[in-house]
Amino acid sequence: MNFKYAKTFLLGAIALCFLVSLFENKINSYRLFILYDIGINIILAVSLNLINGYTGQFSLGHAGFMAVGAYAAAVITNQFGELNSFVSGVIFPGALLAGGLLAAVAGLLVGIPTLRLRGDYLAIVTLGFGEIIRVIFQNMERVGGARGLSITHGWTNLFWTFSLAAVTIYLVTALVHSTYGRGFIAVRDDEIAASAMGINATKYKVTAFVVGAFFAGIAGGLYAHSKQFLTPGGFGFMESISIVVMVILGGMGNTTGVIIAAILLTLLPEELRRLSSIEHLPGITKEFPLSWIGNIRMIIYSLLLVVLMLTRPQGIFAFRKSASAK
Amino acid sequence: MTEFLQQLINGLALGSILALIALGYTMVYGILRFINFAHGDIFMLGAFAGFYLTPKIAKIFPTPSILSGLVVMAIAMAICAIIGIVIERFAYRPLRQNPKLTVLITAIGVSLFLEYTGQFVFGAAPKRFPELIPSYPIANIGSLSLNSNQIIVLAVTLALLLALRFIVLKTKIGAAMRALSFNPEAAALMGINTDVVISFTFALGSALAAAAGILFAVNYPAIDPLMGILPGLKAFVAAVLGGIGNLPGAALGGLIIGVTETLVAGYISSTYRDAIAFAILILILLVKPSGLLGKKEIEKV
Repeated sequence: MNFKYAKTFLLGAIALCFLVSLFENKINSYRLFILYDIGINIILAVSLNLINGYTGQFSLGHAGFMAVGAYAAAVITNQFGELNSFVSGVIFPGALLAGGLLAAVAGLLVGIPTLRLRGDYLAIVTLGFGEIIRVIFQNMERVGGARGLSITHGWTNLFWTFSLAAVTIYLVTALVHSTYGRGFIAVRDDEIAASAMGINATKYKVTAFVVGAFFAGIAGGLYAHSKQFLTPGGFGFMESISIVVMVILGGMGNTTGVIIAAILLTLLPEELRRLSSIEHLPGITKEFPLSWIGNIRMIIYSLLLVVLMLTRPQGIFAFRKSASAK
Repeated sequence: MTEFLQQLINGLALGSILALIALGYTMVYGILRFINFAHGDIFMLGAFAGFYLTPKIAKIFPTPSILSGLVVMAIAMAICAIIGIVIERFAYRPLRQNPKLTVLITAIGVSLFLEYTGQFVFGAAPKRFPELIPSYPIANIGSLSLNSNQIIVLAVTLALLLALRFIVLKTKIGAAMRALSFNPEAAALMGINTDVVISFTFALGSALAAAAGILFAVNYPAIDPLMGILPGLKAFVAAVLGGIGNLPGAALGGLIIGVTETLVAGYISSTYRDAIAFAILILILLVKPSGLLGKKEIEKV
């Protein structure tokens, strides 16, 4: 993305979101929910890209941050959502923001051990944090524990989903392209050299975690108000992995590629599911039912990962700059 | 007191299974310096190999006994050793010169591939593991109950640990493994065939994981394709706790994690049991990242 036009892009995108959202009730609800998923996944993937791609840290706990935001926002709207019509207009963005901030606090807590860890150790610790967050929610009776939490208000709509996606893209890009933000890339490329040049690597790593977690929390809030039901199991290791796959497929440190990957990987399982709902195509005998296609989504994901790493470790959509997968 | 002893015995049985898995992590890390994420799934494949082999073995040994159990375990270990070699050959070897993260992501990919292919081939629903080794109550002192399977788990683990110790310390290939983990370039210059040694390491680790899988299934007889994820992660934590790359450390770490987890589940809350291992991991990495028995390494430019 050309950064010169970034502000124009942001304003244009928000205006477009507003215009499109006027026609929201004309879109059938199945498509609408896929669109929400796309927006949410863009936010998740772009924010994870700040941690994994630009800063070169490997986080496997993004779903944990998302869970914090989702539960926080859900509790707030369930509690205060019905006061009066004015409050409900303000409460949704407020709840999203609060969810994002709480997730950022969680990001700070994860960021602190990253002072000492790198590479695969860090990956395992973030994975562990994600699991711990999940287990904590499982034990919290206030939010339904393992049974799950239903959310009264389905307030997620196209306007909020996609303008927040645009804001995420803008802020992450602006951050990385600022003078301050060059430090992220320096830390990724060579931490020791960057430290020798006077860059506070620790501060950059923690900042990346906090900012990334903040947006993951916002995505969580949107997710909660789109699905209207949360279970701790929905924020497991697999959810984190699927966000990681989007970042890797798009190319680490390549925002445009990551956005494309987020869109494609949200559509792919839906298309597979559609295919699997056709009982059997002409020419295919009953002994070879297609119903399993929907279940092989994860097999495809995993093969994609392995083949990608063997052939194009820089990501499918990295054409110009070789954002090295360090 | 008897309850505490009971928990301790259960914890030791679980811990020795984790120790067997942890050894595979630590051996691979010691030589290649990367986390073989797919290791927990080899454990799962070992359990499934036992599941499918038991009815076949029943034709030769009509009554289940310790002998038939050991035969099944040996075959499952051989199968998993081959799978380990194949995975290393096709997924990890081409990436040996690549950045660590690339290999880590590949390992995650292999792990997911094994899990979901497992769901596709074996079915996602948990299966009941057949009675491979008959279980006898050995002692019932008050409320303390000890059965033969717990003894078998401890005995087999001990035997495998001794065998591993013998291989690593007394054989030629064991010396080559130690040389490789000390300095790969120098080892290669001294005429050690690194590819063969690495394949052997994977085979050894995978065989131990398969044995752990069968011991686990004998004690907790519901098996499913995702059963390897949590024991795998906990075993990794055990390897880090003991000092990754250090064989006695991995065994010690496994026992500590197993006992702690069982005690927490018994006395505090069973719903928190899965978080314990990770809490220990975060603690150990903050306090002593090199682990209990590990040596401190300084990253050089």
